Amino acid sequence: MADTLLEVDDLTKRFGGFVALDNVSLSVAQGDRVGLIGPNGSGKSTLVNCICGTLHNEGGSVRFNGALVDGMKTHERTWLGMARSFQLPRPFTSMSVKDNLRIPLIYTVDARAKSRLTQAELDDRCAELLTLVGLEDKAQKMPRDLTQVEMRKLELARAMAAEPKLLIADEAMAGLSHSEVTDIVALLIRLNERGVTIIMIEHIMTAVMSFSQRLIVLVSGRKIADGAPQQVIQDPDVVRAYLGQ
Amino acid sequence: MGIPYELLINAVIAGLLLGGFYAAVTLGVSISFGILDIVNIAHPAFIILGSYIAYIVNSKLGVDPIVVSIVMAPAFYALGALIYQVYYVSFEKRGQEALRSLAFFFGLLFVTEVTLILVFGVDYRYVEAAYIGPTLRFGFVDLPLRMLVPCLMSILLFLALQYFLSRSFLGRAINAVAQDQLALKLMAADPTRIKRIAFGLSIATAALAGALLIIIQPVEPSVGREYIGRVFAICVLGGLGSLPGTMIGAVLLGVVESLTSTFYGPSWAPAVAFGFLLLTLAFRPAGILGR
Amino acid sequence: MRSSWFLLCAVAVGAAVFGLSRLVQSEYFFFAGYVVLQYIVLATAWNILGGYTGYVNFGSAAFFAIGAYASVAIYKLRTLSGVVAIDDHVLFEIPKALLVWLSDLPIPVLIVIGGMIAGLVGLGTGYLTLRLRGAFFAIATLALAVVVQTLITNWDYVGGSRGAYILRPASAPLVGNYIEYLFLIMLSLAVIAVAAARAIETSRLGYGFATIRDDELAAEASGVPTLKLKLIATTLSGAFMGMAGAPLPYYVTYLDPASGFSLAYAVNSIAMPLVGGTTTWVGPLVGAILLGTIQQIATVTISSAVNLLIVGLILIAFVIIAPNGLVGLVQGWFRKKDT
Repeated sequence: MADTLLEVDDLTKRFGGFVALDNVSLSVAQGDRVGLIGPNGSGKSTLVNCICGTLHNEGGSVRFNGALVDGMKTHERTWLGMARSFQLPRPFTSMSVKDNLRIPLIYTVDARAKSRLTQAELDDRCAELLTLVGLEDKAQKMPRDLTQVEMRKLELARAMAAEPKLLIADEAMAGLSHSEVTDIVALLIRLNERGVTIIMIEHIMTAVMSFSQRLIVLVSGRKIADGAPQQVIQDPDVVRAYLGQ
Repeated sequence: MGIPYELLINAVIAGLLLGGFYAAVTLGVSISFGILDIVNIAHPAFIILGSYIAYIVNSKLGVDPIVVSIVMAPAFYALGALIYQVYYVSFEKRGQEALRSLAFFFGLLFVTEVTLILVFGVDYRYVEAAYIGPTLRFGFVDLPLRMLVPCLMSILLFLALQYFLSRSFLGRAINAVAQDQLALKLMAADPTRIKRIAFGLSIATAALAGALLIIIQPVEPSVGREYIGRVFAICVLGGLGSLPGTMIGAVLLGVVESLTSTFYGPSWAPAVAFGFLLLTLAFRPAGILGR
Repeated sequence: MRSSWFLLCAVAVGAAVFGLSRLVQSEYFFFAGYVVLQYIVLATAWNILGGYTGYVNFGSAAFFAIGAYASVAIYKLRTLSGVVAIDDHVLFEIPKALLVWLSDLPIPVLIVIGGMIAGLVGLGTGYLTLRLRGAFFAIATLALAVVVQTLITNWDYVGGSRGAYILRPASAPLVGNYIEYLFLIMLSLAVIAVAAARAIETSRLGYGFATIRDDELAAEASGVPTLKLKLIATTLSGAFMGMAGAPLPYYVTYLDPASGFSLAYAVNSIAMPLVGGTTTWVGPLVGAILLGTIQQIATVTISSAVNLLIVGLILIAFVIIAPNGLVGLVQGWFRKKDT
């Protein structure tokens, strides 16, 4: 029985009078491949933002690796081993692709190890990450010169550079072609095989079904299903609320 | 207690009147910063510009300053629309960082002030009107008309704006553009045009505020800078985007400034507003009625 | 190029400039040169926060004046009696000789003191306001400038609104002529500031600053402790501005709040980096030399108000047309040649 890595208990988030998340609870075990789906506005990104500390939740708690992370800043959670990619890629535009990857290495991996990686070690790890996502020949390019797919790969690579235990991929495949989607899914599975627990937030059902070992459905801020993908998509509530549309 | 209560009450009343006037100065920024999220730190410069225009027409033609400002308001509106267009093309459309737009408005503020110095010099200018001299007296309570009239005009302006923003289609569109551009587009309204109108409106209020300012006090080009802190302090204190909040914040600031001025001396007054601002930003950035 | 090599080169350039100045032997050159060098320090200091992290500081005058008035306060120690008392009870007495000795501290020491105080104020302001959006920080710095100016205007010890007179010592160490000495000091400070800015820019710290500027949210997600870095930037920036201000009282010999908090400092410290280019150490240097020299010429030939107007217009023009400054224009030109 794998250890619980992420535990979300009764998470609640309000924006003024609007309830974005309503007592959402879920737990993710080490090594899991979890898919998170739901209609637009169901609160998926809000959930990610609360888990990562970008937003403060009003109620409930988030535990990572046993430790309560409420109140911790985002960068502290990254140091603990949480990483996320952004729905709309947010690269550091003033530096090259390779330098984008150096940032998490310098600021997270070094911070954890309390000792500095040498220049050579940094170069090696960057090269490794670039090869992993297939961007080896783009190392010196600037983000503005990349294609959509390449930017999303960079986004994932940068999240991976922080050597996370948990990676939350927020709609990493929106707007991509079928073969591009297959690429990214294969990449994520590769990452998972290296030991990274992954939560995939997606609308593209083929990707979700081929990737997830477990499926969670969020509708209007509430979790309405959580289980094996094949069963979940046949659940009448899910069909009515989400898939039927 | 040792504090003469007549002095205290008059200081509070002066503060209320002053606060009412401060609201007029700030309402424009409530729109541009509170609703449109544009940090127009040059707003006070337009107010001073309004003051000087009121001064020129008043001293040459003897027209009442408030009348001048109402006549000038459309011109100020056009100026505001023009500035928004430049801002939009240079910064908003390009997605440029806040740095550049801040520097842009700072540049505007600066250029306006220096131009006024070059044209008018640093002497204090003032206007003449029937209500500037007299003071109403109720027992020991003094109500100088030169403070009362601007305060009343300010309340009128607030009511007019509040009505416009909450009842008219355009006004509600302005409120909406801050929150949901997509919904606006679906309603076939052009968000850029709405914002341009709103910004023009905010500068138009500066025309009136300028006239009110020069009624209350003599004006010289650097007076604008004192108001930057006041204006943003009130905005933040009252809660961004909330016009009623702005009124409350303005009155609060006015009273505290008046009390400080009366009991500690007028040279400390500028520090009050800015001190307020720093404290509010540090401890309660959402303001009193913030959203 | 490693930072230590760069420092050596910078020192060499500085020495060359100084050598050249001694050949020219014009009092006016030292006077004007001091002002341009002062702006190099101010612009570079501003850029460490504004250009590298993207947080705009409108209150440069406050930090600058803190440095200047710290020097005035120390100078004025000689006017004190040394008696520390509450009401009429004497607590203790500081020897007059000590006060006089303190009031004569050499300028380099004053620079360090001014820098430390200004740096602390920067740290404090940052701590209060850097958790908020950049726009709020910018407004807070405006507020700070006015608060500090009000406090100093009401502080009679340093002259208040009437101002303070400073007597220059009869002779200066090293070079004899006091103006030349001040020029040399400011030149050294400029060399240090530029070398420091470059060292920061190319270091890990500098990369961290750049991520804050590019995308603060993504920076946090990548593990960058953004608040801590912003506080470092604010402190360093404020400190250098204070250092630039410390020798001012000895340069002008009469200092009052109107001139110490002059709008010229606020607008120039923003205009120079924006015109030169905010992403590297080269930008503020180029901007300061260019705009500083233009203004020195304009002040003499036209008037100081007009020259400020010109600076303001140039600022607006560059912000709209060439947002990456002159350095950006040059870089863009080279990029076009590559393609």
